[in-house]
Amino acid sequence: MTAQTLTAGLAKGAQDAIAASAPATLTLAVDNMRCGGCLRSVERAALRIPGVSSARASLTAKRLTVTCDPAQSGEVDIIGALERIGFHAAPIETAKQDRGDARRNFLLRRVAVAGFAAMNIMLISVAVWSGTASDMEAGLAGAFRWLSALIALPTVVYAGQPFFASALGALRGGRLNMDVPISLAIVLATGMSLYQTMLGNEQVYFDAAVALLFFLLVGRFLDESLRVRARGEAQNLLSLQGGIATVIEADGSRSQVAAHALRPGDRLLVVAGERVSTDGVVRSGYGQIDQSLITGETSPATISPGAQVYAGTLNLTQPLQIEVTAVDSATLLAEISRLMLAAEQGKARYRRLADRAAQIYAPAVHGLGLATFIGWLLLGASWQTALTYAIAVLIITCPCALALAVPAVQIAAASRLFRQGVIVKSADGLERLAETDLVVFDKTGTLTLGRPQLLGGDLISDDALTAAARLASASKHPYARAIVEAAETCGLLVKTADDVREEPGRGLERILPHGEERLGSAGWCGVASDGTEGEVWYRRDWQVPVRFRFADALRADAAETVAALKRRGYDVALLSGDRAGVVEDIAHRSGIDTWRAALKPADKIAWLDARAGEGLKVLMAGDGLNDAPALAAAHASISPATAADISQRAADFVFQGARLAPVVEAIATARRARAMALQNFAVAAGYNAICVPLAMAGLVTPLIAAIVMSTSSIVVTLNAARLAGGRS
Amino acid sequence: MTALAWLVPVALLLGGIGLAAFLWALRAGQFEDLDGAAYRALEDDPPDGKSPR
Repeated sequence: MTAQTLTAGLAKGAQDAIAASAPATLTLAVDNMRCGGCLRSVERAALRIPGVSSARASLTAKRLTVTCDPAQSGEVDIIGALERIGFHAAPIETAKQDRGDARRNFLLRRVAVAGFAAMNIMLISVAVWSGTASDMEAGLAGAFRWLSALIALPTVVYAGQPFFASALGALRGGRLNMDVPISLAIVLATGMSLYQTMLGNEQVYFDAAVALLFFLLVGRFLDESLRVRARGEAQNLLSLQGGIATVIEADGSRSQVAAHALRPGDRLLVVAGERVSTDGVVRSGYGQIDQSLITGETSPATISPGAQVYAGTLNLTQPLQIEVTAVDSATLLAEISRLMLAAEQGKARYRRLADRAAQIYAPAVHGLGLATFIGWLLLGASWQTALTYAIAVLIITCPCALALAVPAVQIAAASRLFRQGVIVKSADGLERLAETDLVVFDKTGTLTLGRPQLLGGDLISDDALTAAARLASASKHPYARAIVEAAETCGLLVKTADDVREEPGRGLERILPHGEERLGSAGWCGVASDGTEGEVWYRRDWQVPVRFRFADALRADAAETVAALKRRGYDVALLSGDRAGVVEDIAHRSGIDTWRAALKPADKIAWLDARAGEGLKVLMAGDGLNDAPALAAAHASISPATAADISQRAADFVFQGARLAPVVEAIATARRARAMALQNFAVAAGYNAICVPLAMAGLVTPLIAAIVMSTSSIVVTLNAARLAGGRS
Repeated sequence: MTALAWLVPVALLLGGIGLAAFLWALRAGQFEDLDGAAYRALEDDPPDGKSPR
């Protein structure tokens, strides 16, 4: 699909210019698709659109793949159709996901082949072993060993590729990684077994070698699945942020365009109550915007033509026309990007637990194997015997606990968090999260909900609230929405009033049979006000006006969450770009003792660096554009799903919903996952301590090697499964 | 003992068929959406011509 055909599908005006071409395949992220019913409605809705020839939704990936004729329909039609049946959808920007899937399937095919071979060789080996104890003829046992070789050799060549490739890569770079001893063990065990089979001896390790390959591949596959899933979730989130923008063409006509397809120079119309979907410069329109997502500042900013606006800004009052500008010319964004780059470079690359263990383990394994070989040669054994014992050591020490147990624990932890609304975005995020000891919150949008809430709703009479809500439900303004929400929370019935007239930037009006009613600014309702921000008045012409006040409310469980974190021994701090008074109030109400106000992005990083200098590992929770560098700089980071896209990109975790509790849940799960990984290491170490001396002494027969290795792998996997099943 | 001469190949063949079926299913995309497939099995609408695979 070329950019041209895509544009043709999008811009209705250009449709006639480009003739119908080959069908285009579009992939869209679909939010809140949860059950079979949703799946079917989404597919049906897409298929009803003219030009759509096929639609297939995936419940796992939360995506919809559509084949359509680009001349007849495009992303915007599909998004519109899904919006009408209540699903929020957005096009996926890139086709990068295919590569992850391909790698996963590459591994899964090898898991299947290795599993098949391991089972069959084991079947044959059991016959040989029991035959050794009873009365199997030597010829038949030999034939069975040859049959094992016949199955094992192609399997090792095919299924061993991921390990061989990685080991070769490491050796070329002059390094040792865990795949070197793995490859060595598999190749040596297979080669030596083949040699012994030719001689008609009993020291044959085909079953152990292939079973080893199978368990290690399962571990590799789980690890890759987690990566693919994390990457896919991250892409869905980012795409869903963008959404659709209204573009004003040169001839004045309007068309809907997916946000990621916007080009610098495009002119956008942003109506009141809508979020600006890209960075740009205001070309016409005056009014107020809410930049809390960008700066953390809660009170609206006043803008006029020429002002710079950023993606995520909420337009509060007048319709605005915005010209899209290239990212690099945007001063704030350029500053943020520069800080983020510096933060990412400054942060030492995290080495995963398994890698750190491998760093110690790999040389030890090689050393032990070599020592066994040389030791037996010195004791006068033949080179075949010495090599056989050395191979037994390599097989016994092979790192199933490292290669299988850690991914198994991580995928169990990620699924558990996913069910609780936390998306794991970076594969090593869980490990880093488990190490943190200081939690730093941003204020707006993280500790608070980031949108206005009606204050003192219970002081307003039900009649006034109902009447105001009936007017308000006709508007998309955040204050109007807050009134409707408050009325619904009080259990009042809100019916949308007809013929409401909206005067942008001022308020709403409805003519009644006897008089009129108004909802809006003080001036609009003819009230003398002291000019406090964040208020709206309602007046029916013969009555006393009613004042509605708004403020950004704390998340319902903010104080509870902070208390829970403190109980677990975490320090909690609040860093905000907002004014000191507001920040102090929020800090006080949520029970945070350490707070800093009026911080610029660079100040936040400096503060975090100072804490890191004291040896603290920081978990940063933030949502605003101004938090993005801090999120990148912190040891681990978490964002709400409402965060600015650049912040979500930087964060390791994203949590959904209006509650803050998932932060505590994520920390608890990460800590349990770490404890379990360590338990699994202990299991592996314990079994090595017993078996390695036996193997070095030459007492480990192929039978013992196979049993011990499989048992330890199954034990660590079952241990990991406890995490997925258990309740906290 | 001669029974082994054909029992062993038959056992391997059956296993091989299972493996081939899995690889085919993987290639055909049957493992792409495990959660969704659980619900699709319960869908009692006749498959319409417009629906893919």
